[in-house]
Amino acid sequence: MSEQKIIPARNPGQVAIAIVLLFGVGLLIYLVISSPFITWAAIPQFILDETVVDGIKLTILFTVLAMVISIVAGALLAMMRLASNPVLVNFAGLYIWFFRGTPLLVQIIFWFNIQLFIPSINLGFVVLDTNSVVTAFVAALLALSLNEAAYMAEIMRGGLMAVDSGQGEAAKALGYTPVQAMLRIIFPQALRVIIPPIGNQTISMLKTTSLVSVVAAQDLLTRVQNIYARNFLIIELLIVASIWYLLMTTVASGLQYLIERRLGRATYEAPAVWRAAMRILRSEGSKG
Amino acid sequence: MSMPVTPMVEAIDVRKSFGLLDVLKGITLSIQKGEVVCLLGPSGSGKSTFLRCVNHLERMTSGKLLVDGELIGYHQRADALYEMSGSELAVQRRDIGMVFQRFNLFANHNVLENISLAPILNRGVARKEAEADARRLLQMVDLEGRETAYPHQLSGGQQQRVAIARALAMKPKLMLFDEPTSALDPELVGEVLSVMRKLAQDGMTMLVVTHELSFAREVADRVIFMDQGVVVEEGPARSVIDTPQHERTQTFLRRMH
Ligand SMILES: Nc1ncnc2c1ncn2[C@@H]1O[C@H](COP(=O)(O)OP(=O)(O)OP(=O)(O)O)[C@@H](O)[C@H]1O
Ligand SMILES: [Mg+2]
Repeated sequence: MSEQKIIPARNPGQVAIAIVLLFGVGLLIYLVISSPFITWAAIPQFILDETVVDGIKLTILFTVLAMVISIVAGALLAMMRLASNPVLVNFAGLYIWFFRGTPLLVQIIFWFNIQLFIPSINLGFVVLDTNSVVTAFVAALLALSLNEAAYMAEIMRGGLMAVDSGQGEAAKALGYTPVQAMLRIIFPQALRVIIPPIGNQTISMLKTTSLVSVVAAQDLLTRVQNIYARNFLIIELLIVASIWYLLMTTVASGLQYLIERRLGRATYEAPAVWRAAMRILRSEGSKG
Repeated sequence: MSMPVTPMVEAIDVRKSFGLLDVLKGITLSIQKGEVVCLLGPSGSGKSTFLRCVNHLERMTSGKLLVDGELIGYHQRADALYEMSGSELAVQRRDIGMVFQRFNLFANHNVLENISLAPILNRGVARKEAEADARRLLQMVDLEGRETAYPHQLSGGQQQRVAIARALAMKPKLMLFDEPTSALDPELVGEVLSVMRKLAQDGMTMLVVTHELSFAREVADRVIFMDQGVVVEEGPARSVIDTPQHERTQTFLRRMH
């Protein structure tokens, strides 16, 4: 008997929707491209503009710094949340409640205007003008980091609680100090749960940084706003910014994919970075 | 007449409650050096809780617990007991091995690391030496060649044998076992019990919570029967298991057969 050709079933409903979609998207693209009000030449002109590139650098700087600070602060908050002292537990709880419960935009504007009720900072030996300490950059970074720390704390708490309690007990029974048990046994296992959402938060942060443009913190969006305030090429410059945001989030997603694939392969092994850090700590420790 | 010897474990009126639930209602017992004692009793009688008090995984409500003459978990100053810090407790626990019902091997470490890490970190043993020791222990538990396996790649019986090797690597003077074979398929129980039998023959002091009557009868020097938070009966393994004196012990043993 000769081999039979197999023809999969068709789904006419999906075909119909696909046709409507193609038509709709095509129409939209046509409308944008054929619009006489868009100066297309402005896009290549501004895409590598020095001001724009400086803005990108700052956006990346905000993202990296805010993520690093919020990861450290979030880890501390998560451990406080799981501590036995009720003051620590409640402090962390209140912090998370407050920073997740108020809009980030409000927090950015708040930090920027803090000199309204704290005009100067008295360090005892020197009195600083609040305005010179809390610049737009500092206000923006504070707001992004403190807000993100609340979300990070919840991600980490989830990760720590996902580790079987028997792991910590076995470590205790073997004479690990609480800090060792956390660093050697519990946290490396929690990482597997924590890293994927941290990746998502980082990608999200790349875009969230655009909110700091309200205090003119000189990120990518602030820069393009400054440019179109002068030449009125609003849509063109927003397209330039969007291209860059898309590029950055796409690269970040790619990195995330690579990291997660690595984690997935070494199912129970700590990530290489963590192992390397531990090796360094260990050799430091044995020297001392 | 011989000199009085410090017992390995001495529990004096140990009490523990969880909220309103009194789980241990005054446990007094002692275990001599080199002795193998099996702790029997119905579910919920407080066996695990007592065992966890011995290395202070559980904080007792009142009473005293000494291991090799040393007060566990507390400093005695004047009339009060002050609980130790986490790192002081860690130092005490290094001499007390514990094997859990659910193995609790470290999922992020392979077999060799599971065994050698604690001696390296907590006893300051050189890595080479700790790994050589770990290999020796693996041989003892019949698992040579499995150094690089991760716990999830091993059967329950193999995991439990690694867990025993891991505890032994710290060279403890006392081993606590909490139902080490209860989570195992019946055909894997024997391999774990035979490692424990070997350990008993080598003179290790062991306190074993178990439901394996034949193991208790054969290996234990003494059996302690607990029910509802009190010690009901204790004595030489064979006589308690074969001719129990108390009604509660008789009922329990009849159900076990
Ligand atoms: N952390 C805890 N919080 C509240 N109650 C607990 C806790 N741990 C144990 N208990 C209770 O204490 C009692 C004794 O428990 P324990 O685990 O010591 O019994 P066991 O003799 O080991 O029983 P089994 O043979 O089932 O293991 C049980 O009623 C149990 O529900
Ligand atoms: Mg139990």
